[in-house]
Amino acid sequence: MKIVLENLTKVFPSRNKKSNDEVIAVNNFNFEIPDGKLIGLLGPSGCGKSTTLYMISGLQKPTGGKIFFGDEDVTELSTERRGIGLVFQNYALYPHMTVKQNILFPLQNLKGEEKMTKDQMLERAYEAARLVQIDELMDRKPSELSGGQQQRVAIARALAKMPRVLLLDEPLSNLDARLRLQTREEIRRIQKETGITTVFVTHDQEEAMSISDMIVVMKLGVVQQIGEPQNVYDSPANLFVAKFLGTPPINVFRGRVQGGKLFIGEAEVMDVQGVKDQAVTVGIRPEGFVLDENGPLSCKLSNVEVMGRDVSIVSTHEESLNPIIRSIINADHKVNLASETVRYTLKPHKVFLFHAETEDRIYFGKTEEA
Amino acid sequence: MVDSKQQWKAWLYLAPAIVLLLIFTVWPIINTVVLAFTEKYSTLANTGGTSFRIGFGNFTDVVGYSGFLDALKITMILCVATVPISTILALLIAVALNAIKPLRKALQTIFFLPYVTNSIAIGMVFNAMFNMIGKIGIRRPKIQSFGIINDIIRFFGGTEINWINTGSDEWANILVLIIYIVWNALPFKILVLLGGLQSINKQYYDAAKVDAAPRWKVLTRITVPLLSPMIAYVVITGFIGGFKEYTSIVGIFGETMGPPHDAGRLNTIVGMIYDSLENNLVGRASAAALILFGIILIVTLINLQVSKKRVHY
Repeated sequence: MKIVLENLTKVFPSRNKKSNDEVIAVNNFNFEIPDGKLIGLLGPSGCGKSTTLYMISGLQKPTGGKIFFGDEDVTELSTERRGIGLVFQNYALYPHMTVKQNILFPLQNLKGEEKMTKDQMLERAYEAARLVQIDELMDRKPSELSGGQQQRVAIARALAKMPRVLLLDEPLSNLDARLRLQTREEIRRIQKETGITTVFVTHDQEEAMSISDMIVVMKLGVVQQIGEPQNVYDSPANLFVAKFLGTPPINVFRGRVQGGKLFIGEAEVMDVQGVKDQAVTVGIRPEGFVLDENGPLSCKLSNVEVMGRDVSIVSTHEESLNPIIRSIINADHKVNLASETVRYTLKPHKVFLFHAETEDRIYFGKTEEA
Repeated sequence: MVDSKQQWKAWLYLAPAIVLLLIFTVWPIINTVVLAFTEKYSTLANTGGTSFRIGFGNFTDVVGYSGFLDALKITMILCVATVPISTILALLIAVALNAIKPLRKALQTIFFLPYVTNSIAIGMVFNAMFNMIGKIGIRRPKIQSFGIINDIIRFFGGTEINWINTGSDEWANILVLIIYIVWNALPFKILVLLGGLQSINKQYYDAAKVDAAPRWKVLTRITVPLLSPMIAYVVITGFIGGFKEYTSIVGIFGETMGPPHDAGRLNTIVGMIYDSLENNLVGRASAAALILFGIILIVTLINLQVSKKRVHY
């Protein structure tokens, strides 16, 4: 089932009736989520990603715009009739029901043609439980389960009724780091197995990048960029997206373009053909630095962190907008720790230029917009 | 743990409360037990130095008393009828109050009014509402005025019922009492249940919406189970209060504990205790109080046993 969001907008009225500073949580969101894909809504807190999810679920009414499931306009349809599965951030398992009762509950509410016999329900419940590997725990109460197990129960409950759309609100935020890795793989596997169009919300870019077919990066209610994770990473549409994606984060410098050359400070670091002379903000991915004794970019060396496969060089530069510059270099290269400076040349496809004021991307040379 | 050197300080701070409790709670309880087993006790004779026989005389007196079983029956009927009705009504009202936004505060206040109003005063109002006043003539009595309840019944084409006056039936009396007690018991229960409702995580209701649960199912499968500790509390305290029923009857029927032509018809166990005290039968009153305590204890134990199975987490 594809989901179409058309000019979706949500405005929260201000609490203080006298003032007019209403909050636009989601602003004019247009997106067609293809059938059977896993979509990650990504952004810092307060960017409207959860609001978008809850509007798709019907728990919140949009202020404007429309939502379609397939060709059906569901904007006015209540949550009960949308046929969605939703996994809440805190799972919201009914504490007084056993795991089995929790999973059966949505099945018992099916009406009309979908109505099932008791045996069918049990079969379906066990099927969903097996999918998330909790069929051993069916007679436990939620309070007797670990966080990861509760999360699986929540997914099983959402999946049991074969929803048209599966929605997950920060599904991994309550899990510890190890479980998080394991569970996100599992979400991916379950989504592939069931083929249900899935939307999930997260503030963790790594999580979103690792399992999504497509990610939607949002900021203050406005969609910044939509695309496949690798494309978004390789070609961010603006400084915000560039900063938000990637660990370690992108390094940002003040720079200027003069005569088709990019300058950082007084150093001419790169050719940027086709960009007119102006002040720019330069983003350089940590992997975009190449150690070069004669390289144009000279930074003060602070220290080197060895990470095994790679080394991470921490340095400073007066034109840098971050307190430190972090570059990641293959461990084969030897860094002279005694030296006070470290010099780099830059990989052009790892360098992004942004308009100094609007922070929009300025494209140059070969790295055209994907 | 409190440092042992500091313990005397803890006792010092507790002392005022402990002293008051010892004087006004613990001592009377002990005294009640002692008096209950002291046969034919009289305060006057006690002051004169008479000694009394110790035994079960007071208890056999109470049980053998002609009005005891009637009082027990009335008490039971009032309890069994009012606790479930008031609990269910309170639950529905609390759920409704919790669901609305406008006027919630105003309605909450209205529902809470009976709690802060004197029950004797309310009883008198009920008396006026259910009254038939101004009978004129003895052979063919002509009723001149009715209370509002009979006015309503007549408005809808029914015949007036003699609720509480001379010649009224016992079922009518009890019905009035049930209405009064239920209404009087509502505020506290609504308050407790509303508090419970507001502490339920709203996300369960969102989850229920996603699970497409119809309203009644949300109430029975989610709200009631999640509220079960509060419901158990309200039922248990309701039964305890119900067994101590007395003021409601005095409020409506006066100290006669029944309509004028059949005084004492609606007497309860607490009523009996007061009767005994008035007749200077302190021993019998104490024995009746202990019997009432025993009954309440048993009922509460049963309640707790039932709620163990029904109350979730």
